[in-house]
Amino acid sequence: MSTVEERVKKIVCEQLGVKESEVQSTSSFVEDLGADSLDTVELVMALEEEFETEIPDEEAEKLTTVKDAVDYIESHSS
Amino acid sequence: MLEGQVVLVTGASRGIGSAILERFARAGATVIGTATSESGAAAIAGRINEQGWQGDGVVMNVGDAASVTEGIKAIGQNVGTPTVLVNNAGVTRDGLAMRMKPEDWDEVINTNLSAVYRTSQAVLKGMMKARTGRIINLSSVVARMGNAGQMNYAASKAGIEGMTRSLAREVASRGITVNAIAPGFIETDMTRELDESQRDAMLSAIPAGRLGEAGEVADLAVFLASEGAAYINGETIHVNGGMYMN
Repeated sequence: MSTVEERVKKIVCEQLGVKESEVQSTSSFVEDLGADSLDTVELVMALEEEFETEIPDEEAEKLTTVKDAVDYIESHSS
Repeated sequence: MLEGQVVLVTGASRGIGSAILERFARAGATVIGTATSESGAAAIAGRINEQGWQGDGVVMNVGDAASVTEGIKAIGQNVGTPTVLVNNAGVTRDGLAMRMKPEDWDEVINTNLSAVYRTSQAVLKGMMKARTGRIINLSSVVARMGNAGQMNYAASKAGIEGMTRSLAREVASRGITVNAIAPGFIETDMTRELDESQRDAMLSAIPAGRLGEAGEVADLAVFLASEGAAYINGETIHVNGGMYMN
C-alpha cells in the first residue's frame, strides 16, 4: 500500500502533467508546478475521489502545497 | 453521428425541447429528457421507447437546487454522465413592468436563469474529467430586441447570454464549449394561441414571412454538439428568419 504522500504526488503528476521528480512535498501547485485556478479545482476533485472524502471549499482554498494536501488528508481520514 | 453521447435536455415535453430531444436521438445519441411531473417524464420515456431510441425521461425541477443535484446524480448512475447539456426549460410570466409582481419576476429569473447555473455546475465535473463537453443554452431574440410585457423573460435570456460567454472562457481549455441559441418566433403551443391580428403583426416583422419550425432550432443544437463545432465557443447564434440580424 502506497503512503498518502505517494498517492497525492501521483495525482498531482497526473492532473498537472508534471514529472514525479519535479514534485517535492514543499512544492506549491501554482508557483512551482504551474497550476492555474481551474487546475487547482480539478486537483481537489481528484483528491476527493482518490481518498473518498469531501473537501469543503474553504478548506480547499488553503491547500496550496503538496504537504498541505497530505496533512489535510491524514488528519481527516478515519 | 453522436453515438455514445449522453444528452440531457431540460424541458423536453413540448415545443423546442421536444424537437431537440428527437433530433439528438435520431443523430444516435442517448437522450435524457426532463419534465417537472411524473406523468411528463413517463410520456417522454414512452416516446423514446416507442421510437426505439436510447434514453429515458426523468423528473427534474430545474428551479430547485436539490432536484437538479439529485436528478443529475441519478442520471450519472443509471444512464451515464451527460456529455451534452441543453438548457431549454423555461417559463413566461408576461405583464407590463409597472404592474409586474415580485413573484412573476422571481419565478422567471429562477426557472430560466438560475437553473442554468445549477444544471451547468452539476454536469461540469464530468465534462472537465472527460476533457470534452457541450453546453447549449436556449436564449431568445427578445434578449437583444427587448419585448414590451416581457421584462422578466428578456432579462433572464440576456442573463443566459452573459453566463454563456463567461463560462465558455472558464472551461474552453478543457475541450468544453458553451454556446447559446436565440430563436425568434417558432411554431409552438405558445405562438399557436395568438389570434390572427397578433399573428399578422408578428409575421410582418419576419423577412422570411413565416414562423420557424422547432426542428430548425433543434438542428442547430445538434450541430453545436458535433465535433465540427468544436471551435465555436461563447457564441449566441440567432435562428429567426431574419427578424433580428446581428
